[in-house]
Amino acid sequence: MFELANPKRFMDVSGIALPWLAASAAVLIAVALGLGLFLSPPDYQQGDTVRIMFVHVPAAWIAMMAYGLMAAASIVGLVNRHPLADLAAKSAAPLGALFTALALITGSLWGKPMWGAFWVWDARLTSFLILFFLYLGYIALWNAIEDDVRAARAAAVLALVGAVDVVIVKFSVDWWNTLHQGESIFRSSGPLIAPVFLWPLLLMAFGYTFLFLTLWLVRIRTEILTRRCRTLLARETAR
Amino acid sequence: MISFAALVSRDLHIATRAGGSVLLAISFFAATTALFPLGIGINPSFLFRMAAGVVWVAAVFACLLSLDRLFEADYEDGSLDLLALGPLSLEGVALAKIVSHWLTSGLPLTLVSPLLALLFRLPQAASVALAISLLVGTPAVSAIGAIGAALTISVRRGGLILPLIVLPLLTPVVIFGTGAVLATLDGMSNGALPLLAAFSLASVLLAPFATAAALRLHLAA
Repeated sequence: MFELANPKRFMDVSGIALPWLAASAAVLIAVALGLGLFLSPPDYQQGDTVRIMFVHVPAAWIAMMAYGLMAAASIVGLVNRHPLADLAAKSAAPLGALFTALALITGSLWGKPMWGAFWVWDARLTSFLILFFLYLGYIALWNAIEDDVRAARAAAVLALVGAVDVVIVKFSVDWWNTLHQGESIFRSSGPLIAPVFLWPLLLMAFGYTFLFLTLWLVRIRTEILTRRCRTLLARETAR
Repeated sequence: MISFAALVSRDLHIATRAGGSVLLAISFFAATTALFPLGIGINPSFLFRMAAGVVWVAAVFACLLSLDRLFEADYEDGSLDLLALGPLSLEGVALAKIVSHWLTSGLPLTLVSPLLALLFRLPQAASVALAISLLVGTPAVSAIGAIGAALTISVRRGGLILPLIVLPLLTPVVIFGTGAVLATLDGMSNGALPLLAAFSLASVLLAPFATAAALRLHLAA
């Protein structure tokens, strides 16, 4: 039944990769935090408050990356009917939701000193909040449908319908007049930010990425083991 | 074409008879809209500024009310299987359901909205703008709601999950719908109505495909 070759190979490979991913995440985040919180200078306008950027911006990047991975896994699950793809999508959602919440909370904390408000209804913030609700709806749908295969397909359809929001979040600062910072890093004419700020930012982004990958693999492995337990239990009770 | 019309007229008959949902939607719409000024404040100087938002949100909720039964009743008695086997494609079935849902919720709400605009002392031009924005925007509510309804067929607590799934996708409709009215109140044009029309058109044209995909996975199981 579920004893396909692929999940076993996945468990073997991920078991080897996990300690390295976790260690890389720890090292990168530690170095980035050290550089960003202590060794980089305060901003001439924002002072020390600018350091929230090192936690806020990479979290938002990972939140969008997680949705992209979830949507890609959903497509593979729908088209190729690969069972691991469904598990990958399911496992990515809570992590994406957490990074989205982290970005929202740290952004609010940054907004209060900078803009005078914990929240403004501009395009970037509104569309990012909608992304958070899309994650919650996705998780709710998985939990609501009892049959695993149906739940996977329904959630995959939902993930693909909501994927347009990621594009909207990315381009919201171009398409609307927003209070939020415009695109300063991923520009065709190069980043606008000084290297002394850019390096901790990128290191933190990589650190978060490895953290996401670590947690993602752990969740997928847990899902596989849960399903194995369920299969064994079903066999036991059938006997 | 004949099957499409037959499906729409069948749903209209079901919705407009005694236990049907048309009067329920209108009553819910009116009651909710009337509640907001009591809660927010009855001062006429800002009553008219909250009108658009309150009416739009109440309209979305009233449409959501009848959405979770959109496919549920047919799924339970096996009609959905027959419709899937019939001459009309599942996308056509989905579109027919969207049309009939709009005719029994969005359209009646649009027709009632000028009366409710009176509760908020909305100026005439803005009241017309509100009715037009509802007319253009409620098809999108039915279309996107149909996707959510198809995804949550036979789900326990499906009634609570449907709004959680559908409301984030409906935020552009509410934003542009109220934007169109606020533009009239401020005397400026802000392109909200054309954007709303574009969003509505896109969602009505694309939702049947997502809805049919969701229906197929429930029927296959």
